[in-house]
Amino acid sequence: MLVAALCADRAGLRVDSDKDYLLENRLGPVARREGFGGLGEMLQALRDRGDERLAWSVVEAMSPAETAFFRDPKTFGVVAGQVLEDLAQRRNGQTLRVWVAACGAGQEVHSLAMLLDEHAPAGVSVDLCASDLSERRLEKARSGVYSQFEVQRGLAAQRLVRHFDKQDENFILAQRIRQAVRWRRVNLLEDLTPFGQFDLIFCRNVLGGLLDAARTQVLGNLTGALADGGYLVVGLGDAAPGLTALPGEVGVHQAEPGRRAVAA
Amino acid sequence: MKTCLVVDDSRVIRKVARRILEDLGFAVAEAADGAEALAWCATAMPDAILLDWNMPGMSGLEVLRRLRLEPGGDAPKVIFCTIENELDRIREALAYGADEYIMKPFDGDIVAGKLAMAGAL
Repeated sequence: MLVAALCADRAGLRVDSDKDYLLENRLGPVARREGFGGLGEMLQALRDRGDERLAWSVVEAMSPAETAFFRDPKTFGVVAGQVLEDLAQRRNGQTLRVWVAACGAGQEVHSLAMLLDEHAPAGVSVDLCASDLSERRLEKARSGVYSQFEVQRGLAAQRLVRHFDKQDENFILAQRIRQAVRWRRVNLLEDLTPFGQFDLIFCRNVLGGLLDAARTQVLGNLTGALADGGYLVVGLGDAAPGLTALPGEVGVHQAEPGRRAVAA
Repeated sequence: MKTCLVVDDSRVIRKVARRILEDLGFAVAEAADGAEALAWCATAMPDAILLDWNMPGMSGLEVLRRLRLEPGGDAPKVIFCTIENELDRIREALAYGADEYIMKPFDGDIVAGKLAMAGAL
């Protein structure tokens, strides 16, 4: 099938061809936006013309989109406590580099930015980056504007009133939180070495939806981008070979530190 | 089994909420106005209350204020569930001691998430 082949080829995405509702759901809006009469018409054009830009629009729309703030609260608890404290100690005053990969509409990276605003460990500064395959989604994420429906998924009322303003019928994240994040378009299948080393990488949204070979490659790329003793946070069901899982099945894994002081 | 009292003057909303809450394992009671809700609480304090704001007679805010003055009235987790969606309203509800806040329309995921955040699940 055309869409499945495109997604596999460009981004390693696994698209089940029997899930027609998913195609309609994700690609219907793309077809309308691009001025086609319907999904069928757009797919025909894709077949006939081999339009590269359109092909990417399709792949991007099929890539997973984040849907909730503070998904898996226990994971955030471990990151906010144990992980950040360990990194702060290990890096000893240096800025921590944190990357949220496949950030979707930004709920995850914004959750992290709110957490850091509420209680960053003393004396710790964090460089927070977020990436996604979809430029369109990055734009939405960067705007920090969420619908009433979106802000009720995972976001406590206390945090809503603390970090958001009302904007017409939507809610917009406070500028001080938004501007803590740097955004860039990244395909995780590509060479990630230009981005340097990170102390903490989140990739919780995308691994489960990848073909096996692509998942292996993405995990390898991300693991390679971890600094010594850095952490990779994956989805609760995802494996992270070569890294050490923290207890509690929270999806947090650590790259074995080269030299680590062991408490007596 | 945990109990949840649904306070809303709309029978339809009470029915929708009841179905969601029963799926989450709650025993559900219903009240159509504030007086009925407080009478219910005086008899058997629920574990959680889903509370509408705008109702004929007593407002949800007034129900909450009176509830918190009752013996044992601190215990229930109170989650507003209302069409009011201004941040100042939400601040007001939290200041009165609400544990969480749902803006209508809602679905099962939102209710489950908010109950969990309130510590009622």
